[in-house]
This record gives sequence, structure tokens and C-alpha cells, in this order.
Amino acid sequence: MEDKTFTISVYSENNVGLLNRISGIFLKRHINILSLNVSESEIENVSRFIIVVNTTEKWVQNIVGQIEKQIEVIKAFYHTDEETIYLENALFKIASSLLFDEKQIQNIIKDSQSTIVTVSRDFFVISKSGRRSEIEELYEKFKPYGIMQFVRSGRISVSKEKMEISTLLETFK
Amino acid sequence: MRISGAEAVIRCLLEEGVDLVYGYPGGAIMPVYDELYKFQDQLHHVLVRHEQGATHAAQGYARATGKVGVAIATSGPGATNLVTGIADAQIDSTPLVCITGQVGRHLLGSDAFQETDIIGISTPVTKWNFQITEASQIPEIIAKAFYIARSGRPGPVLIDITKNAQFDEFDFSYEKCTGIRSYVPVPKLNLDKVAEAAALINSAKKPFIVFGQGIILGQAEEQLKAFIEKSGVPAGWTILGLSALPTDHPLNVGMLGMHGNYGPNLLTNECDVLIALGMRFDDRVTGKLSTYAKQAKVIHFEIDPAEVDKNVKTEVAVLGDVKEALNAILPLIDAKSHDLWHNEFKELYKIEVETVINEELNPTNGKGISMGETLEMINKHSKGDAIIVSDVGQHQMFACRYAKFNSTKSNITSGGLGTMGFALPAAIGAKMGKPEREVVAIIGDGGFQMTIQELGTIFQTQVPVKIVVLNNEFLGMVRQWQELFFDNRYASTKMINPNFVAIAEGYHIKSKKVTQREDLDAAVAEMMASKDSYFLEVMVEKENNVFPMIPTGACVSEIRLS
Repeated sequence: MEDKTFTISVYSENNVGLLNRISGIFLKRHINILSLNVSESEIENVSRFIIVVNTTEKWVQNIVGQIEKQIEVIKAFYHTDEETIYLENALFKIASSLLFDEKQIQNIIKDSQSTIVTVSRDFFVISKSGRRSEIEELYEKFKPYGIMQFVRSGRISVSKEKMEISTLLETFK
Repeated sequence: MRISGAEAVIRCLLEEGVDLVYGYPGGAIMPVYDELYKFQDQLHHVLVRHEQGATHAAQGYARATGKVGVAIATSGPGATNLVTGIADAQIDSTPLVCITGQVGRHLLGSDAFQETDIIGISTPVTKWNFQITEASQIPEIIAKAFYIARSGRPGPVLIDITKNAQFDEFDFSYEKCTGIRSYVPVPKLNLDKVAEAAALINSAKKPFIVFGQGIILGQAEEQLKAFIEKSGVPAGWTILGLSALPTDHPLNVGMLGMHGNYGPNLLTNECDVLIALGMRFDDRVTGKLSTYAKQAKVIHFEIDPAEVDKNVKTEVAVLGDVKEALNAILPLIDAKSHDLWHNEFKELYKIEVETVINEELNPTNGKGISMGETLEMINKHSKGDAIIVSDVGQHQMFACRYAKFNSTKSNITSGGLGTMGFALPAAIGAKMGKPEREVVAIIGDGGFQMTIQELGTIFQTQVPVKIVVLNNEFLGMVRQWQELFFDNRYASTKMINPNFVAIAEGYHIKSKKVTQREDLDAAVAEMMASKDSYFLEVMVEKENNVFPMIPTGACVSEIRLS
């Protein structure tokens, strides 16, 4: 069975210590987490973990089974890239002088459909949402001019199919 | 009622029906111990000699009674000493609630005296854990702890309570936990799957049942017996399934796995339908997975969805409570006898008797006492009615292969974790849980010395357990592997042992040492007749091996008789 990228979604109670339990499941199997995002879901006190891993389908099934076993986990799912709509967000901090001195910078911002978040005397910050490849492409374009700071978020995603969790979570409201 | 957190802990335990706890006091749990002193008429505390003994004793109590075992320890080393027993309970699905003291909330994370992150440490080996930092959390969390420990697939839970939470007062009230929204302990039985399983079983020419501890945990012993008797399907057991079906039941064909019986292992790779009941296809049972029962359609009756298809691909998974599932399938099963198929097991058993069992029970050529014949002697005097608590090693395999059981919850051993040092404290817990039954601990000379200090607990509590140490002056199982797979290089497996009888007598436990075969019968008789605790050391053949054996990584049908 070949390795693929899977997005694991976990809906859980918002309790202290659960991240430790979930990460331990990956640790035991020596599976590296490529990206992790945890935030509140559409339901109050229900958190949603989005975990991206590269592994076989057999392993991801096994992991999801073990995650669902945790007392505070309501439901866990896994999807391939084809089954989800996903993106990351990135912030680029660049010296303000470049915005005025390097005309090309303005074109890069426009063409990449990124947004200027803030501009100060010393630096400006650009936000870009998209697939990893789009963010990496933008990074490569800014790189020659000098990037003061760069940060990228974990993946966030929604499934293309209707998720049964929506109905289940409704009952928790 | 306004009370302290410490008093609340005791009242919560009483509300959950607990009357016996095992533990060891220390600084961070002292407020709870102070309350234990006040409540000693209602809640009996057994002072063990090491916290590991507390968890194993609580396990023995839980396994013998089916109730939740409780262990208490202080913070830091007290808490970490519980961990081996907790890990053992986790892998063997034993319901435990462990309560540890913790430094005051204001000191958390400051590397205070006897502070450890026991929540972090115990996370991978608990079904659930929680740190209480405010007294008012105590009733709700302890109620949840008991609910989680005992429901669904049982397991250990650890509750860590900071010292301030033990001292602080609050208005106490208690409500038992009956459900947690994110937790489904028992999946709902799907009757279509039951019908599918029944059709497969009815069409099978060579069906074979493998049952595990799930039968005992699910209290489905009667249903298992009825299912086997109606379907005529031969049944083998995993090490923790032992005693769920009487040993001498005509359709009981023996033990599966590395040192299991010849027939059931060999024929696993010939059956056409394999019916797994409350077992999890442990690697000690399956051997090499790529060749395990590949010809068979597998039906898996299981309470834990994560176990389905984890190791062995199933044709039909019947998720849910095994008792309910067996009750549902029974009317759908055709009454059959499968005599020809069953005869194949009997023929292979004859071969095993001729090549292994006869020699083990009646050693020839001037060999010393064997472990098997010692077990047979215990059978003779216990008549199969004793609870046998075995430690880990060769003697454990001999105990599980040769001990006879008439009733359920009679085989208590460390299965999944293989914890040496388990048996002595677990026997204490088993006897306290079932005082009306005879409890015999079977221990090797290695494992005995891992928790030998619990002889002190036996002396102090006067709990009348029978202890049999099978002494071969070796770490026998490792030595066997060294002989078979490491060219007889006995690296660090020879043991120079102390005078065990003198040690036991030092704890005022009646003792005897047997070195000659002709003395064995009388010694076992005397031990079994004793009303008090009794220590029996049997010097056994040094380099005896446990056979049959499936070497690690080999296929079940490559089982060796010698």
C-alpha cells in the first residue's frame, strides 16, 4: 500500500490534555505530523483538529480508530486531498523601503492575489491564503528581495462530501 | 454538606460501592489518608509495600470480582511506581481507578518536591486521566472515572488531585455518571451483521471459535457455552479467555498462541470460518500475520471498533456487547455436530499428549520435578476450583497449559504486558475480593523477587493466599530462548537465589521447600489444607522447556513440538 497525504479531522470536547493523547497516537507509530491546526468548531465547546500526515491508508484507518477511542473525541474522519478543499495561510514581513523602491513587488502582490495586512515605517506584512504550492511560489518570488519574517499556518480544510458530523453535532447544541 | 476535598474523595469512593483500596501514603496525599483514618470502618485500606503492588493487587481484585479496583499513591515516585500496573491494566482491559496526590496548584510546573507530570506520564497507558485542581471538581470527576473505568471495554483511569484541592472545603453532593456525550462505550448491535455472521457459520464445513477475555468481561460465559454446544463448533482460547469455558468441556480444544496447544494452532490455518469472540488478535496468538488464517473467512465479535481489521481482516464484524450478540445469534444458528472436523483436533491432541504432555506430567530418565506435574498436583488438590494467579515466564505458560478450571474468573495473569512481579500482589487482591475461594499464586524465582516485599502485606493483613514458587534458578523463559535461538549463550539468566523459605518465615508465613518428587503430593496437600497463608518452594528441573512453541515471527502452522 503506497503512502499518500491524508487529512484527519477530529471533533472533540475542548478539554485540557487531549492534544497530548492524540499526538501520542502518532508518536507510537513513528508517523510525523506534517501540519496541525486546532480551533473551535461551529459548535460551542467542540474543538476541531486538522492533522495532515503522509502514510498508508491502512495506517490512517488504524490511527483514526485509535483517536476515536479517546473518551473526549466525538468523531474522527480521514480524507485524501481529492476529497477536500484545503488551504493554508501565510504572512510575509518585508522591509517597507522595498514597496517603494522595487516596483516589481507591487506586481507580485497584485498577481498573487495576496493582501497587505499592515504597513509601517519599517516593514509591511502581506497575507496569502492558498495551497502550499501557491504560498511556496510566492515565497520564491519575494525571496530575492529579502524576507524579514515568514510564517505559515497549519492546513485548514472542509470535505467535499456532506459530513455526517454536521447532524451529530446539531444534537449537541 | 460542606466538607474538604479529601473527605469528598472518600465519600465518592463509598458512593461507588468501594469498600477496599490499596495504597501507600506520602506527603501530597496525606489529607486523603487522614480521612481514611476517620472512615476506616467503612473503607478498608491495605498498606502495600510498594506502589506497584497496589496496582497489581487492585488488578487481582478487579479480575477476580469483575468490580473496579482502586489504588492510591502520593505524588512523584509514588505516582510513577503505579505506572507498571496501570500499563498492565490498560493492555489487559482491567478496570482500575488510581488516585494520586499532587503538589499544590500554586507549585505546579515549578519542579517542586515530589512533583512529576503524572498526567503526561500516564496518558499513553490510561483509558482516561484528569488532574483536579479545585475541590469542587472532585465528585464529578470521580464519578466519571468509575463510569469510564468499568463501561465498554474496561480500563484504568488515573485521577491526580492537587493538595490544595484536598484541603479546600466545598458543598458536597454526589451524582453517579451515566453517560458522556463524546463517549460511546458499547456500539449498537447491528442485527443484519448478526444474520450475516449466522449464515456464514451455518454454511461452514470447518468452523473454529477463538474466544478471549471479552467473554469474561461481558459476562457471556453461559452464552458462549450455549453457542458452542448448539453449533458444535470446536473452541480454543487466548490466555486471558482461559476459564471462561470449563477446561474439560468436550468442545474446548485448548490454548492458542506461542505456547498453546498443537491442534488449535495448526488447524487455525485449516478452518474455513474463524469466529473470534471478544479477542483482539494479539501477535502472540497470530504469529506471522501474513500467513495467519488466510484461507478462513473471519467473523469478529468485538466491543472496541478500533480492534476490527487492526491486525486481521474480517469478513463480518459484529460490533457491540458480546452477550447481547450471542443471545441474538443463537436462534439463527443451525444445530450441528461437526464430528469429523472435531476429530482432527482430537487426533492432534493425541500427538501432543504422546510427544509433550506425557513426558511433562511423568518425566522420565531421572529428571527433576517438572512445572507441569506440579500444576497437575495442584489440580488434584484444588479439584479445579482454585483461582490461579500466575506471574510471567515459563511457569506462567505451564500454569495456563496445565491448570484446570471449573468456573470463570479463575485465571488471573499478566497477558499483554507480560509483567514479572504481577502475581504475588495480584493474588492478594484476588483473595481479598473472593475470600471464599482458594487462591494459588504460581510464580518463578525471578518474578517472585520483583515484588517479594509484598510478603509483608500478606503478613500484616493475614490474607490466606497460597504461594508456589517454581524455582529453576534461571530466568527460565529467556534461558529457553537463549538455548533455542542464541546458541546456548545464557547471558545473565542464571540466578543465585536466597533462602526463600527463610525469607517467608521471616514474614511469619508457614513455608516448605520440596526438592524430591515423592514429597510433592503431601506438600501440596498440606498447603491446600492450610487455613493461613502458605509458601511452597518447589525446586524444578533447571533446563526444562515449554513446548509446543511457535518461534517469534513464524506462522501458527509452524508450531514445534520439540
